[in-house]
Amino acid sequence: MAAPTQPEPAAMRTPRQWLALLALAVAVLGAPPVAEPAAAARDRLVIGITQFPSTLHPAIDSMMAKTYVLRMALRPVTAFDHDWKLVCVLCTELPSFENGMAEIEALPDGGEGAAVTYRLHPEATWGDGTPVTSADVVFTWEAGRHPQSGFAAMETYNRITGIDVLDDKTFTVHFDRVTFDYNAFGIDLLPAHIERERFEADPAAYRNRTAYVTEPDHPGLYFGPYRIVEVASGSHLVLRRNPTWYGPEPAFETVVVRAVENTSALEANLLSGQIDYIAGELGLSIDQALAFERRHGDRFRVEYKPGLIYEHIDLDLGHPALADARVRQALMHGMDRETISRQLFDGRQPVAHSNVNPLDWVHAEDVPTYAHDPARAAALLDEAGWRMGAGGLRRDAAGTPLRVTLMTTAGNRIRELVAQVLQSQWRAIGVEVRVVNQPPRVLFGDTLTRRRFDGMVMFAWISSPEAVPRTTLHSESIPTPENGWAGQNYTGYASADMDALIDAIERELDRDKRAALWRRLQHLYATDLPALPLYFRADAFVMPAWLKGVRPTGHQYPSSMWVEEWRAAE
Amino acid sequence: MLRHVLHRLAQSAVVLLVMSFVVYALLGLMPGDPVDLMLAAMPDVTAEDARRLRRLYGLDRPLLERYANWLVAAVQGDLGFSRLHGRPVAEVLWQPLGNTVLLLSVSLAVALAVALPLGMLAALRPRSGFDYAVNLLAFAGISMPVFWLGLMLMTLFSVILGWLPAGGVAPIGGGGLGDRLSHLVLPVATLSVAAIGQHIRYMRGAMIETLRHDWIRTARAKGAGWGRVVLRHGLRNAMIPVVTILALDLGTLFSGALITETVFAYPGMGKLIYDAVMGNDYNLALVGLLLATALTLLGNVLADVAYGWLDPRIRQR
Repeated sequence: MAAPTQPEPAAMRTPRQWLALLALAVAVLGAPPVAEPAAAARDRLVIGITQFPSTLHPAIDSMMAKTYVLRMALRPVTAFDHDWKLVCVLCTELPSFENGMAEIEALPDGGEGAAVTYRLHPEATWGDGTPVTSADVVFTWEAGRHPQSGFAAMETYNRITGIDVLDDKTFTVHFDRVTFDYNAFGIDLLPAHIERERFEADPAAYRNRTAYVTEPDHPGLYFGPYRIVEVASGSHLVLRRNPTWYGPEPAFETVVVRAVENTSALEANLLSGQIDYIAGELGLSIDQALAFERRHGDRFRVEYKPGLIYEHIDLDLGHPALADARVRQALMHGMDRETISRQLFDGRQPVAHSNVNPLDWVHAEDVPTYAHDPARAAALLDEAGWRMGAGGLRRDAAGTPLRVTLMTTAGNRIRELVAQVLQSQWRAIGVEVRVVNQPPRVLFGDTLTRRRFDGMVMFAWISSPEAVPRTTLHSESIPTPENGWAGQNYTGYASADMDALIDAIERELDRDKRAALWRRLQHLYATDLPALPLYFRADAFVMPAWLKGVRPTGHQYPSSMWVEEWRAAE
Repeated sequence: MLRHVLHRLAQSAVVLLVMSFVVYALLGLMPGDPVDLMLAAMPDVTAEDARRLRRLYGLDRPLLERYANWLVAAVQGDLGFSRLHGRPVAEVLWQPLGNTVLLLSVSLAVALAVALPLGMLAALRPRSGFDYAVNLLAFAGISMPVFWLGLMLMTLFSVILGWLPAGGVAPIGGGGLGDRLSHLVLPVATLSVAAIGQHIRYMRGAMIETLRHDWIRTARAKGAGWGRVVLRHGLRNAMIPVVTILALDLGTLFSGALITETVFAYPGMGKLIYDAVMGNDYNLALVGLLLATALTLLGNVLADVAYGWLDPRIRQR
C-alpha cells in the first residue's frame, strides 16, 4: 500500500510546481461525476420523491407517498386508466347493467340498491403463494366497516350492505344505493390469511398490529408486480419483482423509492446519479422543473401533465362584499390568469374556467369565462355599490372601503407569488387585498376546516375523474360545530339548484343525461362563483433519456400503477 | 460531589415532569387535531367518521385526563403509539436517535477539535494577522445559512466532483463502515462550520479574559513556562464558560439539526420531531421534545461535574 505523500511547504514550491497543481485541480474539478451506479446497472431504478410514507396500510390514513409506492405492489379492483376511463384492474370484466353483471335490487326499506358481481383475476396471488380470493374481499369489508378499525373513510364500506361469495374468485357486492359509479370498486384488498387473526384479536389495536406496520416486508402483503422487501424509515423503500405477479414481467429487478424532502437536494441527488428519476406526483414544483429543464434539458426529459389538482380561491360568502355575486365576478375580470399562467408557468398550467378539468369527459366547453377586463370589473363593482373613492380604493355608500384578506399556505413559493400578483391586479380595480399566509398545518388543520377565515383562501382540491362535488358544494357539507366540522364546503355556499344537481347527477345512470346535468352544474358554478377558479396544476416528471414507458395520468391513480410498462431503452 | 450530582439529577426529574405537562398542553392547544388534518385531506370522511375517529384516538376526552393517562402509562414504560407510524414510540425513536447521536457527536467533536485550538491561538495573539484571519473564519461560519452551505457542499462534492454521496445514511442495500462514514462527511461538515465559528468566538473571548488575570502574571513571575501557564492555568479556567455554553447547546443541537437533516435526507430526530408536531402525532412529538429537554438537563449536570474537574475550588465547595 502506498503511503500518502506529505505536501511540501508552500514556500518551497517552484512556479512549475504551482502550474502542475493548478492543472491537477482543473483536471479534478472538470472530471465527470463518479459512475452513476443506479443508471449504469439498469436492472435497478431509483425514484426520488419528496415524502416518506408514514404507514403502508392501504386503508389507514391517506398519503400520496403511500399511494405511489403501494400502486407498484397492490392493485385496486377497478381504477381509472390513462384516458380517465374506469377499467378493471384486479377484476377480469367491468360489471355493467348491459353485460348483466350488475342489477338493480329492492332494499328492505323500499329503496333501490345495486348488486354488482366481480370476478377476480384467476391468477392473482399474494407474494407468499396464497391466492387472492373473495375471502380477502369479505375480510376487507368487515374490517373497513368496524367502528374501531381506524379506517378513515368508513362511508365507502358502509355503503355495502352485504357481499355474497359465489366462488373463490367471484363475489357480488350489494350497495345501498344506485349511483352512476355503481361499478367502481376502488378499494385495496387486505390479505385475510395474514390480517384476519390480527384484526379479530383486538379490532381497536388493529391499526398498530397490522402486518403492514409490524412486518411491512412480508411477501404475503402484496400481489402486484413488485413487493416491498425493505423499509428504511424516513429514508427509502426497496421493492423487488414479485414472482407471483400474474401480469407482464416488469423490466427492473429492483425499484428503490427514496425520500428527499428538500427539492433542491432532490435535484442534486438526480444530478449526482443517486437517483434516476423524479416522480411528478411528488417531485419538483413547476417553476423548479422549468428552471431544471432550461439547465439540464440535454440530459433529462421533463414531461408536464396537467391534472386534477384544481388551484382556486375559496371565498367567505358571509363577507359583506363577497356575498354579492357581482363583486365575485368583478374579481374574476380583475385577474389576468392567462398572463399569470404564461409568465409564471410557461403556459404549462392551463387556466381553469370551472371546477371540472377539460380532460374530464363531463367538462362543458361553453361555460361562462372571465377574460381579464378591468373596465367590466369596474362596471360590476359600480353596479354593486362600490364606487371608486380617494386613493384609488372603492367604498360603499357608508364609506366602508372594499378590503379583503387573502390567505394561502406560507412557504409555498408559487402561491405566495400568485397572491402578490393578484393583490396588485385587484388594486388596479380599487380592491385592497391584504395577504395573510399561514403554515399549512394551521391553514388546513384549523382555519379552513373550522371556517375561521374572513375573505379568501387560495389552495387546491385533488379529485378524481367525474368526481361529484358533494363534499365541496352541497349545502349539507358546510362544516359546523354540530356536524363535527365534517364536510369541505368551506365557503358556506348554499344553493338549492346546486344541491338538486348534485343529487341528480349521482343517481343518473344515462351518460348523455348526466353530461347535460354536469353542464348545468358547471354553468351554475361559473355564474355563482362560490370559489374563484385559477388553474389546473401540472405535475413535472423529470426522467433520464433512457427511461421509457412512464405515462403520467393526471388523476389520483399515479403513474406507478403501470410500473410493469417501464423499461430502460438502450 | 456525588451528593451534589444526585441532588441535581433529582431537580432535573422534577423539571422534566413539569415540562412533560407544559409540552403536552402546548401540543394540545395547537390549532386543529389529527382528525381535522384527515378531514382536510379526505373528502369521503363523514361527520360520523370524524366523531368515531376522535373517540378512537381519545381526542374526545379532556386534556388533563389524556395527560394523566399518558403519564401513568409512561411511568410504567409505555410511551404509547405513534399515530403517524402506527408503531410504539420507543421503536420509532430508536433509529433516528442513533442517527442523530452519531451525527451530532461527530460534528461536535470536529467543531471542538478545530475551534478550541484556533480560539486559543487567536487569543494568544490578539489583533495579529492570525487573529483577524481566525475571526474572519468564525464570522463566516456563523453567518453562513446552514441550508445554503449544505446545498453548496452537495453541489460541489456530489454533483460536480462526484466524490461523496448527496444524502442518506448509507447506500441502498447496506454498505460497510466506509460507506457509512462517507455519508456522514457532508452533513457533519455543514453542521460543524457554524459550530466552529461560535466556539472560536467563545474560546477566544474566554481565553483573553483569563489571560488578563493577576494570577497568570504571578504564575509567570514564579518562573512557569508560557506553554504551561496557558495550558494548565489559562485553558482550564477559560473552559468553564465554554463548557456552560456547550451544555446548553446540547439540547438545541439535538432538535436543531432539522435543516441539515432535511437537506441531506438524513433520517434523524430533528426531522422526526418536526414531522410529529406538524402531523399532530402527540405521543411522538411529546417524547421527542422531552428527550431534547432531558438532554439539556443532563448536559447541565455534566457541566457541573466538569466545573469541579476544571476548577478545584468549585469541587471543594
